[in-house]
Amino acid sequence: MKLNKIILSFVSALVILFSTSVASFAKVVGDKIILGAAISLTGKYSSNGVHTQNGYNMAVDRINSMGGIKVGGKTYKFDIIYYDDESNPKRAAQLAERLISQDGVEFMLGPYSSGLTKAIAPVTEKYGVPMVEANGASRSLFTKGYKYLFAVLAPANLYLDVAIETAVELNGGKPVRIAQAFEQDAFSQDVRLGILDAAERTGSKIIIDDKLPKELNDMAATLVKVKQMKPDVLVVSGHTKGALTAIRQIAEMKVDVPMLAMTHCDAAKLSKQHGKNSQYALCASQWHKSLTYKDDFFKDGMTYAADFEKEFGYDPPYQSAESSAALLVFKDAFERANSFDQKKVRDALAATNMQTFYGNIKFAPGGQNVDKPMVLFQVMCDDAGKCENKVVAPLKWASAKLIHPVPKWSER
Amino acid sequence: MDFLVFQYPMITVQACLDGILLGVLFALIAYGMALQWGVMNIINIAQGDLVILGGYIAYFMYLYGIHPAWGVIVAPIIMYFVGIAIYKLVINKVVDRDLFISILATFGISILFMQLMNFAFGADVVLANSHYGTTMLFDNNVVLPNSKIFSAFISILFAVCLVIYMKKSKLGRAIRATAQNARAAKILGVDTEKVYAATFGINAALCGVAGALISITFTIHPYMGLPYTIRSFMIVIVAGLGNLPGVAMSGMGLGVFEEFADYILGTEFRIGSVFLLLVLILVYRRFKLSRKREYLK
Repeated sequence: MKLNKIILSFVSALVILFSTSVASFAKVVGDKIILGAAISLTGKYSSNGVHTQNGYNMAVDRINSMGGIKVGGKTYKFDIIYYDDESNPKRAAQLAERLISQDGVEFMLGPYSSGLTKAIAPVTEKYGVPMVEANGASRSLFTKGYKYLFAVLAPANLYLDVAIETAVELNGGKPVRIAQAFEQDAFSQDVRLGILDAAERTGSKIIIDDKLPKELNDMAATLVKVKQMKPDVLVVSGHTKGALTAIRQIAEMKVDVPMLAMTHCDAAKLSKQHGKNSQYALCASQWHKSLTYKDDFFKDGMTYAADFEKEFGYDPPYQSAESSAALLVFKDAFERANSFDQKKVRDALAATNMQTFYGNIKFAPGGQNVDKPMVLFQVMCDDAGKCENKVVAPLKWASAKLIHPVPKWSER
Repeated sequence: MDFLVFQYPMITVQACLDGILLGVLFALIAYGMALQWGVMNIINIAQGDLVILGGYIAYFMYLYGIHPAWGVIVAPIIMYFVGIAIYKLVINKVVDRDLFISILATFGISILFMQLMNFAFGADVVLANSHYGTTMLFDNNVVLPNSKIFSAFISILFAVCLVIYMKKSKLGRAIRATAQNARAAKILGVDTEKVYAATFGINAALCGVAGALISITFTIHPYMGLPYTIRSFMIVIVAGLGNLPGVAMSGMGLGVFEEFADYILGTEFRIGSVFLLLVLILVYRRFKLSRKREYLK
């Protein structure tokens, strides 16, 4: 009995201690601007969650070491409170509540993936907390009339329509026949809508329109149809699983298609896992290190990639680059607002018009970045089997010429 | 609805062959499930997760430069001991309780395994390349990846070996005796505790083989186990316990059924159609049983 009482008082003392110390974490403490972020450090998105966190940390260190943020004549530094959302939307929403109402965070960074951003956005909106997110591209995020959500990346429906445009162009402006297979999740279905738009615009015909199940690991049926119907373009989007399965089975079944366009090649480490079989695949990417955008903090893509590799030991995927860009946007907005008032910062964010190493950033009223086109890279391998991703479209950024049509398997 | 199957007759051949090759692999997993279900009366929800763990063993061999096909020898050996460990830690405490408790326990193991694998191996989707090439049939109209043929062949080999082992060996006879009547077996001197542990180990070993084959033919990911559990459950339900030819037949049947559902209804209904079939079979079985009951009355 006595022991119970001791334990009880000990626990309550701890609770009181924690609640007071947490309450003292306000938005700006001393010279620190504290941002909140729920990130998937465990669960099925954990690898991309870590890429996101590394991107955030890299930018925080860089901005802090290069003079910080100047607001009202005083210099501030960034700090981030992270929580692990376990790749679970419900948990992410809870953590956003906790960051805002318990930890007193007044500015948020986004989580990884469209689904989790969708779960958090209503919370930040309710409290009027500006959120700059870098990893939620689903179109539905930008049609809900959110006022406090800003995304530095291009929306999902733009991911692959460059591919269709390019295919039509290479076909002498004549419409093409498209085969497509998309996973049934918010992101992939948005990519699909983009393809439907592009097909309508160019008068192209969609001859195969498959929906891949979430537990996909076999798309042989789709590929058999492709083999029989011989489309001009095959478009696949089903996260890393979709990209890996597609390449494996296309190579095994020797499916010849003039153009193969996909998403998530970067995240799937396609060329590392599949080597030469992944050659000629076209991949949609938000960013590539060879792009020549510039800023004062990271200089350009190549320097960013080199610095990132030095710090974290791997080549940065675009998920890291866009996450770093989110902090550059925040810094810029704080300085222009010259205040920590959430409304003023929000208005400053809405008026953002800047260039970062990641690309130009300018927000539409819906919150999506309209000033940065998607790029397509093609996996190109040399005879020794060493593969590299080279940007091939749009032409303005191209560092290599698109190889089209893809050589037949019998000639490889 | 898509009627490509009728427009292009070769697709029918392709679907049948794909289905059979896939089905044989399912049947191997289902055989393990049927074995331990029959012997221990435990429905193992973690079956699929054991499969994925086996896949990771082959994948790591591949990473270290060993051909992943050797995984079909190494994975079952490691998985056998993993199975025994799971039995000693958890299953032996629920083995004579009712089915619900054991389902809960294995469900817990399944969640634990998923999280542990995610923690240890990361959330990336991975695969092991066998570089086995492709077999082309009928004027290149039907393509069969050799990795699928290899996996079907190995599955059959393991199944046959196991059947012989069950028939001839002492442990096999003890397992069969325990399955028929555990109490009688105990009275006659069979160490049922040992039999249970061995059964669970053999099941895990079969999962290990299947997992190694899946890493060669498909992809693996820590959260991808459940569909394999569901399919093997379904195959066992259709075939009944202790009916090995039934398991093989219904495994292949399910594979072919899935492929055709894919072509005719669309890929999005593939897993859905498996569930629908499961419901139909359960309803049919119930209907048959109730008729039998009426007859007995």
